[in-house]
Amino acid sequence: MKALVDLYVQQFKTTFASMLQYRASLAIWMIGHVLEPLVYLIVWSTVSNSSGGSVGDYTTQEFAAYFLLLMLVNHVSYTWIMYEFEYRIQHGSLSFALLKPVHPIHSDIADNISSKLITFPFMFLVAVVLSMIFHPSFSPAPWAFAVCIPALLLAFLVRFLLEWTLAQAAFWTTRVSAINQTYFIMILFFSGQIAPLSLLPSPIRIVAALLPFKWVIGFPIELLLGRVGPGEALAGLGVQAVWLLISLVLVRVVWRAGVRIYSAVGA
Amino acid sequence: MTSSAIHLRDLKKVYVVSEREAGVMAALQSLVHRRIEEIHAVDGISFDLAPGEIVGFLGPNGAGKTTTLKMLSGLLHPTTGEVTVLGYVPWKREKAFLRQITLVMGQRNQLVWDIPALDSFELNRAIYRIPAADYRRMVDELTELLELEPLLHKPVRNLSLGERMKCEIAAALLHRPSVVFLDEPTIGLDVTMQRRIRAFITEYNRRFGATVLLTSHYMADVEALCRRVIVIHHGKLLFDGDLSKLVQKFTAHKTIVVKLADCQVDLHSYGEVVSCSDGQFTLRVPKAETARITERLLADLPVIDLLVEDSPIEEVIERVFAQEVYESSG
Repeated sequence: MKALVDLYVQQFKTTFASMLQYRASLAIWMIGHVLEPLVYLIVWSTVSNSSGGSVGDYTTQEFAAYFLLLMLVNHVSYTWIMYEFEYRIQHGSLSFALLKPVHPIHSDIADNISSKLITFPFMFLVAVVLSMIFHPSFSPAPWAFAVCIPALLLAFLVRFLLEWTLAQAAFWTTRVSAINQTYFIMILFFSGQIAPLSLLPSPIRIVAALLPFKWVIGFPIELLLGRVGPGEALAGLGVQAVWLLISLVLVRVVWRAGVRIYSAVGA
Repeated sequence: MTSSAIHLRDLKKVYVVSEREAGVMAALQSLVHRRIEEIHAVDGISFDLAPGEIVGFLGPNGAGKTTTLKMLSGLLHPTTGEVTVLGYVPWKREKAFLRQITLVMGQRNQLVWDIPALDSFELNRAIYRIPAADYRRMVDELTELLELEPLLHKPVRNLSLGERMKCEIAAALLHRPSVVFLDEPTIGLDVTMQRRIRAFITEYNRRFGATVLLTSHYMADVEALCRRVIVIHHGKLLFDGDLSKLVQKFTAHKTIVVKLADCQVDLHSYGEVVSCSDGQFTLRVPKAETARITERLLADLPVIDLLVEDSPIEEVIERVFAQEVYESSG
């Protein structure tokens, strides 16, 4: 355990040092992360204002709160591993990772967390500034703040493990972008990114509840909006925990199968 | 042979690849019917390395050298055959095994591009769980041996190819592996840098008693480092033994360099004239006749100086590869 902590600390340092070399690209990434929810926010505010100040169970101010929280929650849980894995396989850097006496997922988790330690404060600041413009209204109970910590942690882990698993598709095909595209559309729709799930027809809400996407984005947002009761919150954490187990199993199984293929056809 | 550091018995690796002709029609056909071809990259090779040995692993491009090294380091799963390194089965990639080996690939980098090499070293320290004192001692030793001092604090991307290679090698050896696989460690480097890396490999082997298996296209590497060489071609073992025996076995010729007082002589009757200038002639003669021809030259001509040499090792190797499959020597 101590050794693993040391590994994470070293990976933090490495990521910090590397990231600070690319400040411009970092800024551009962050602008992208602000723009997407901002576009949805403006669209929904406009729709809401033109239909008398609310759509479904959301007022204009609640839309503002929803999408500002989306900006932060999405930033906490997003990964970029799916863009990287194909490159690693094609350029052989995966071979080096396989020769190391530690599972490569650790470096990736540490890398992800450390880059967010740098970017999150900026995202938070942007959210504060945007709050002054859009006047969001949210009213979470004090306990919701406590629950949101494990909820965000679980959201991060589940999304990380699922996307890490999906990235392994590169072991089987050299054209992973089609798979990625499909995945991005699914998560955009079923996680509550494009619109709050409660505004969607009930069959879609049911499907969304059965899929993992809602639990890595929509659920923590609703929790912080104060739209989830204590019972529901606990049930939500339970569902997240179940998805954590499922994704842990998936990572193991798919990684083993992928490495078997990799080491059969030429590392 | 449990005392071997590296043990291979009848090791094979078969790749299955689909192939098709060029052109649109062929592309459409391949949608329906894929032609599958089996490539026997490594086709039943066996050898053993004793702990502490440095062995040169030779063969032309595509001979199966890298495939073999990858099977030995655990990156590739053999199709059939037996392989153990330090008693471990490499493809299981057990942590205890991975902590004791390293693979340096001359054409690939593991150092993080944007940060100083020393930071990448720290990362490897954490990955291999090297105790702090051991780590510091090893960094000092490697810094001294490879003259890394001025390089360690520069971002890797600002280093020259040779400087980067030295740092790559250091990074790969921080955990003091007892088995070292080197795949073309001097590729693309200038002669001075090649020599320095060679000297380092000898020194590492001497200090730590590591077993080293090295591939290289530069015969100078092999001549300087390895008494024993293993030659493979088309995935099969051609030769395994002393470098000097390789030369004996595969050369049918010797080179006679003779310096004469008289420059206007025709030596064609003695052997094949490879070059002549200022009275210095280089002759290629059948090995069995070397003594007889030397005698004749000395008797017939005003010889100032005469030297009998083996053919250059490059030439020997070239001939070995041209000869296709020989029976392997014991």
